[in-house]
Amino acid sequence: MSGNNANRRLKFEIFRYNPQDPDSTPHMQNFEIDELPYMSLFMALNEIREKHDPSLQFDFACRSAICGSCGMMVNGKPSLGCRTQTSDLPELIRLHPLPVFKLVGDLSVDTGIWFREMAEKSEAWIHAKEAFDPAAQEDRMDDETAQKIYDSDRCIECGCCVASCGVANVSGEFAGPAGLNRMARFSMDPRDTRDDADWFELISNEHGVFGCIGMMACHDICPKELPLLEVYAYLRRKALTTALK
Amino acid sequence: MIVRISSTDVLVIGGGLAGERCAIEAAAAGHDVLILSLVPPRRSHSCAAQGGMQAALGNCVKAEGDSPDVHYLDTVRGSDWGADQEVARIFAEEAPIAVRELAHFGVPWTRVKGGPNSYFIRGERVEINEALENDGLIMHRDFGGTAKWRACYAGAGTGHSALYAVDSEVVRLGVTVRDRAEAVELIHENGRCYGAVSRCLRTGQHSAILAKATVIATGGHGRIYGQYTTNATINEGMGAAIALNTGVVPLGNMEAVQFHPTALSPSGILVTEGCRGDGGFLLDKELNRFMVEAEPEKQELASRDVVSRHMARRMRDGHGVETEHGPHLWLDIRHLGEEHLKTKLREVWDICQDFVGLNPATDLIPVRPTQHYSMGGVRVNKEGEAYNLAGLVAVGEASCWDMHGFNRLGGNSLAETIVSGRLIGRHIAKTIRTGGVDIDTRVANEAVKNAEERAARLLAAEGPGPGAYEIRDAMAEVMISRVGIFRTGEELALAVNELKELLAKCDKIVLRSKVPGMNPELTFALRIKNMVRLSLITAMGAFARTESRGAHFRSDHPLRDDAKWLNRTLIRWPESSDAPGISYEPVGVLDVPPGHRGYGRDERIEMEQSIEDYNQGVEQAQSEQGKLPTEGQQ
Repeated sequence: MSGNNANRRLKFEIFRYNPQDPDSTPHMQNFEIDELPYMSLFMALNEIREKHDPSLQFDFACRSAICGSCGMMVNGKPSLGCRTQTSDLPELIRLHPLPVFKLVGDLSVDTGIWFREMAEKSEAWIHAKEAFDPAAQEDRMDDETAQKIYDSDRCIECGCCVASCGVANVSGEFAGPAGLNRMARFSMDPRDTRDDADWFELISNEHGVFGCIGMMACHDICPKELPLLEVYAYLRRKALTTALK
Repeated sequence: MIVRISSTDVLVIGGGLAGERCAIEAAAAGHDVLILSLVPPRRSHSCAAQGGMQAALGNCVKAEGDSPDVHYLDTVRGSDWGADQEVARIFAEEAPIAVRELAHFGVPWTRVKGGPNSYFIRGERVEINEALENDGLIMHRDFGGTAKWRACYAGAGTGHSALYAVDSEVVRLGVTVRDRAEAVELIHENGRCYGAVSRCLRTGQHSAILAKATVIATGGHGRIYGQYTTNATINEGMGAAIALNTGVVPLGNMEAVQFHPTALSPSGILVTEGCRGDGGFLLDKELNRFMVEAEPEKQELASRDVVSRHMARRMRDGHGVETEHGPHLWLDIRHLGEEHLKTKLREVWDICQDFVGLNPATDLIPVRPTQHYSMGGVRVNKEGEAYNLAGLVAVGEASCWDMHGFNRLGGNSLAETIVSGRLIGRHIAKTIRTGGVDIDTRVANEAVKNAEERAARLLAAEGPGPGAYEIRDAMAEVMISRVGIFRTGEELALAVNELKELLAKCDKIVLRSKVPGMNPELTFALRIKNMVRLSLITAMGAFARTESRGAHFRSDHPLRDDAKWLNRTLIRWPESSDAPGISYEPVGVLDVPPGHRGYGRDERIEMEQSIEDYNQGVEQAQSEQGKLPTEGQQ
């Protein structure tokens, strides 16, 4: 990473709209700040807010790319603001809120409600065989299976994949990459009792894995580098083998 | 004025692990539960916990002989005898159950691989045969200050996986979550809490939520150290602050502040203790493994307070790598190998690539001790009930339950969230069924009006007054420079004065942005006074405590003093008073007599009283401080 770069003057064009303010209309606003070494968009946006325009809305929490709060369009590409270094960007940095999600204001969007609805629709929880027995030793699982589930469980629901998805942008019903990944995560978990027919119902339609038209932008932009290509292949295979039974 | 009022059985403030685990328990028992959260629950700071969760399952070879008894002892030693030992005991016994329950909820715990395994232990590669009959059970890794390998983990994303699993139960049970909402004031009268005033962070509107039980689960308050913390931006301590603002609820041990040895320099982003647990080294600028000499027994895996102090001394003595952001040391995990780093420490791999652009398989990681955990918080009894205010409960980092005393062990807080959430949630579910609450809407209306007026006053202020961010920066500098790892009476006295001045400034804040809606500047300005109040009582507690215990280290009083200070600091801030009041209570009934921790300095001022005499005085002294009677005492 080119952290210690020349002293550039960065130009930001930031989407502004405050739905709570009757005088506000959607527009782009320009800011200029001096670039610092190892400057992330987390640092840059806080500087803009604290020194230039305190009304600017955006979301950050962990600032370490694990909480998923700060998805935004950075020069047209869905990205996590906190892990985006200005040194990797040109002098002109254009920021928009993620599409698909409801706008809260400026760069802030409502991902929480979208993901909760997705979790409800796909019943994204373990459908357990029986109630938890506090006196029993844990059920065994081989470490490879645990690792496989973990690889899929690592999704931080930042919404970047959803924003990058051509289908999710036009169809409110499509589960989206993160939704499909979540289904795959539970379907490969031996603790979940849903059978092939249950999964077939959920994934084998145009709102499930067959809604995906294979552009795979999601795979390329996922900040956690989830193997989404493999996830869809797994789900398609599961759907087809169930249909052919 | 129309005041929006809603009601629920249980109001949980905070959607992290402790709050959600508590909510599940109450909801599963059939109660109506509402969770308020600053962010969508899965973005709570629990998700950032990396390395593991302590529970004595004893599943691997290096965990053989482990038991809740050993875990309990480690916890008491870790706390430097500041913990309530009864609570530490309950915790250690319940932790295995709570961890197994998380497996039931879906956490993909890393599992034992029966047969030959290769580990790094005390600087050497060791081959160990894991028993075939343990294959597939939950695996452990080593952590600081523990006698056995005990930390259960899912890669280096343990908090993430635990939070997602617990939140999936919240969704399954249909618990209502109101995200982008902040509790700004508790509704209370005559020693009873009736709920809270919520401010919507989408619209800026206030409303009252009435509840039979109100649970504070807002996590820690590391952001009083500004950017000098591993904590998320949302860890501003508003739960503890609104409890303090009642005037009657004391906060316990605020001076007990943990510094984590390995935060990235300079960003402060956490790098898990699991790196050292898995065999990582700490190196100084000459690439010496200085911890071997400093702590021959535990080396890099002494408790966090001890390791952080050794690191700070090392840098002070000129062995740090100097940079424009101050000195740092190195964390070396190169020898663990790329495959290990990309699986068991995957999140560390990502963080190194993303935030310092280095490859931990070939490069050293720049680290330095950074504020990490608040042992102090809302003082509660073992059932989670706040002192002096019936109907108010606190769990997790926001509370002072108090199993951590003056230093918590790595992996113990993540376990605390689910253990205490589970137990205290069950206690709430049981007790509110029987007790009806007489809720007075007048009290609620007044509380909402107060909150609205506070916001309106800030919006109305004009002129050249100070800004909220400038007060934050000044507060952070005071805290890191005078209330840090090494403290002295002189520095702390200065800190108290400076923080008092900053507090006075908070009433003169002028906003530059008057936009309607959530208005981010207003939102922060409403918090900053609370943050300065928390900072001030932290500095006051530290100034008053003239000994060194756990993370509280006084260079002018370097010994632990069990004759005078085997107690817990309680600070209340009576309403309409400009001075908080300090009092003390015994730490709890002693089962393990004070002694050497097994690491750190083995020198202290001994107790004068007998253990029996000390124990006899506990109950009465704590009742006098407002502890509510627990089951069996009623």
